[in-house]
Amino acid sequence: MSLIHLRRLEAEAIHVIREAVATFSYPVALYSIGKDSSVLLHLAMKAFYPAKPPFPFLHVDTRWKFREMIAFRERMARELGFNLLVHVNQDGIDQDIGPFTHGSNVHTHVMKTMALRQALEKYGFDAALAGARRDEEKSRAKERVFSIRSAQHGWDPKRQRPEMWKTYNTRVGNGETMRVFPLSNWTEFDVWQYILRENIPIVPLYFAARRPVVRRDGMLIVVDDDRMPIQPGEEVAERLVRFRTLGCYPLTGAVESEAATLPDILREMLTVRTSERQSRLIDTDEVGAMEKKKREGYF
Amino acid sequence: MSYLQTMPPHDIEAHLAEHDNKSILRFITCGSVDDGKSTLIGRLLYDAKLIFEDQLANLGRVGSPGAANGKEIDLALLLDGLEAEREQGITIDVAYRYFATSKRKFIVADTPGHEEYTRNMVTGASTADLAIILIDSRQGILQQTRRHSYIASLLGIRHVVLAVNKIDLVDFRQQVFDEIVEDYLVFAKELGFASVRPIPISARYGDNVISASANTPWYKGPALLDYLETVELDPPDREKPFRFPVQLVMRPNADFRGYAGQVASGRISVGDPVVVAKSGQRSSVKAIVTYDGNVETAGEGEAVTLVLSDEVDASRGNMLVAPGSRPFVADQFQAHVIWFDANAMMPGRSYILRTETDSVSATVTTLKHQVNINSFIREAAKSLQMNEVGVCNISTQTPIAFDAYKDNRATGNFIFVDRVTNATVGAGMIDFPLRRADNVHWHALDVNKGARSAMKNQRPAVLWFTGLSGSGKSTIANTLDRILHARGKHTYLLDGDNVRHGLNRDLGFTEEDRVENIRRVAEVAKLMADAGLIVLVSFISPFRDERRMARELMDEREFIEIFVDTPLDECARRDPKGLYEKALAGKIANFTGVSSPYEVPENPELHVRTVGHEPIDLALEIEAFLEKRMDDE
Repeated sequence: MSLIHLRRLEAEAIHVIREAVATFSYPVALYSIGKDSSVLLHLAMKAFYPAKPPFPFLHVDTRWKFREMIAFRERMARELGFNLLVHVNQDGIDQDIGPFTHGSNVHTHVMKTMALRQALEKYGFDAALAGARRDEEKSRAKERVFSIRSAQHGWDPKRQRPEMWKTYNTRVGNGETMRVFPLSNWTEFDVWQYILRENIPIVPLYFAARRPVVRRDGMLIVVDDDRMPIQPGEEVAERLVRFRTLGCYPLTGAVESEAATLPDILREMLTVRTSERQSRLIDTDEVGAMEKKKREGYF
Repeated sequence: MSYLQTMPPHDIEAHLAEHDNKSILRFITCGSVDDGKSTLIGRLLYDAKLIFEDQLANLGRVGSPGAANGKEIDLALLLDGLEAEREQGITIDVAYRYFATSKRKFIVADTPGHEEYTRNMVTGASTADLAIILIDSRQGILQQTRRHSYIASLLGIRHVVLAVNKIDLVDFRQQVFDEIVEDYLVFAKELGFASVRPIPISARYGDNVISASANTPWYKGPALLDYLETVELDPPDREKPFRFPVQLVMRPNADFRGYAGQVASGRISVGDPVVVAKSGQRSSVKAIVTYDGNVETAGEGEAVTLVLSDEVDASRGNMLVAPGSRPFVADQFQAHVIWFDANAMMPGRSYILRTETDSVSATVTTLKHQVNINSFIREAAKSLQMNEVGVCNISTQTPIAFDAYKDNRATGNFIFVDRVTNATVGAGMIDFPLRRADNVHWHALDVNKGARSAMKNQRPAVLWFTGLSGSGKSTIANTLDRILHARGKHTYLLDGDNVRHGLNRDLGFTEEDRVENIRRVAEVAKLMADAGLIVLVSFISPFRDERRMARELMDEREFIEIFVDTPLDECARRDPKGLYEKALAGKIANFTGVSSPYEVPENPELHVRTVGHEPIDLALEIEAFLEKRMDDE
């Protein structure tokens, strides 16, 4: 009898999380409030039981997250009692950087990539755990579980270390940091299945509901607040939609769906014809978009 | 990825339960560049309808010449996700893909064919159960076919699919297929695979990939996917003896002390006796703690926290094991090593050896031979170059707990990490402990270093002079020796040239021999310091690694590195032995500073510049430093 699939993934992730804690002096977990982050948080609670996770959770806030996400973040921190850090790039606020005014590329670079770099440096974290999965995107499929970043936070695919067995090389040089991806081998389907089995709370945006939507650039953008400029000819209409992935609201497309429960979502997954990242504008704003962003320090 | 189905199930919970109980097959694709590895995986996913529409549409966007021209899709582009890969049309790094069929789940690692990226092929192979080795029908067996087959076998892969690809380009001729299969079976005989399954394939057109091809009526075996779905795998490691590498000691409060880790093999239940591998202390399991409540039993692969009945000393790097079947605990063993780094592996050089949870300083004491991957013949070697495989005796600073790799992949592996760059430079599979590790123990002597140095009324020290040939090391060391001697100190001067006349006269000036030269001198200096002497070592010692090795042999603050800093042209001008003239004329190979590098010390205790200073003043300066250090203690 082999250990069943989800339990094996769970055990592997717990092993990786513990390994980061055992070998780094000041690790942090990146908390983006999405489904993968929620799974990572749950696994961290498991990994150190009966103690709490011995590291803080960092949310890099771009100020353009869905309001429901921020409310959910506050609720989770209160209920689970973990140490939540929130960082916003003040330079970006001073320049009033936003996705509508500056475009997805500049916005993501300043408010996410630069903000993450600032936060890591401010606290002196030497390792950052994150919920990225190899099945998300082609360049992520090439990431190691322990992925080294230069002192300038850059990812160099050619400098990746070979990674054999579960024998990880966790040594970093001066100023270098490590990204740690415990969910590397999970698929989107595994994540949903695990959320169902473990009864993990997630942001309600993942469930279908009637929401005000504008169709723009082939995507369904939910109007989350009055900062969204409505172009001439555009129409805000109520549609039954949900999200497969969550980011900044102007950059994340909703999908039309009737899936209002976790079993509904899983049933939908079995027939879906597009990948989850199709609805992420930042993946496709240029060729090799994700790889370029990672080279600059996006995680 | 994938879970594409045409009909959603009515009972999702029942469907998930069934889904979760499927077995999982981890496999790799390997073979030479352009044999079609990425294309094959792309084809497998495409024909099995496991690719999302937007990902397919994307193949058109990345604009490689052959891509999405409406008729034929460049399937390799599904996997080659890095820009450099798309530019060069080759796979550089492993891509992992996940998919499931109605029968089984799969994790496939698409690994590079190019020799330069062998390390990435090893990355994929280390966790795989099966390897698909691709061969281009037109080319037959190539060097990379042999290399990858050998590495697959070395890493413990037991099943091979021999995918004879591009069969369409040889007109689907059975004779070509049969000849390649025969050649392969002859050379693979020595590799000890449990099974080899040859299949004629066209990854480009999908022949025999997910269904039998009409183009190869002579082939009666299964299509690739059928075979992957049904190949019988070896039983998991649950039947093996219990091994639990300790990852973390959890002490959230004074009442709780647990050992967190992942069961590497076997099974453990509450009440079972266990032994701490390194110390032999015995205890038993009082509780198996998890977040979901305490459990009665835990098996291979499970991440749990064990609470023991007794206070034992087991920290990270140790192992809790079955008392009846213990792992080896030794500081010397033989292993097969695959080298990844552009800097060759040098016997005598110190590396960090990392097992799953342990990390110790280690050196290769003997490189017994390297393995020629074309002939599998053992060849003598002095160092291991990048991508070479060798059999080595390894010595660790403190004992580690391990099994033979052939018995246990999890507890028999290690990696080598470079101390300076922190790169993973090699991977090792342990064969067996060396007997002498059991029998040679450090002999505790009654008259010790403290007693001997007290009698001499001094503290031992090793003054390590490093610098270019002709920089003035020996002159200063000699002057200092005279001063110390006059003050009643017990000293000895080890000079490079003198030692090479005796102890080291078998050594030349290659990088390998220089490493060994320094290793021996450092050991001698250590013995002399143990005898209570102040040892002056005057050696060029060009490499940082070896100076660090020497430093680590000595007690703390005993080692004093003195960088005798003289510019190269000044050394060449002085040329006391006429060596520079010869070296510059090309008559001496491997001459430091001319045809061989000198690595400048980064943090020497003393940095003396000779230009404009008399040796006597510099010697006095060093003597003052030494005196102050002794006073401080």
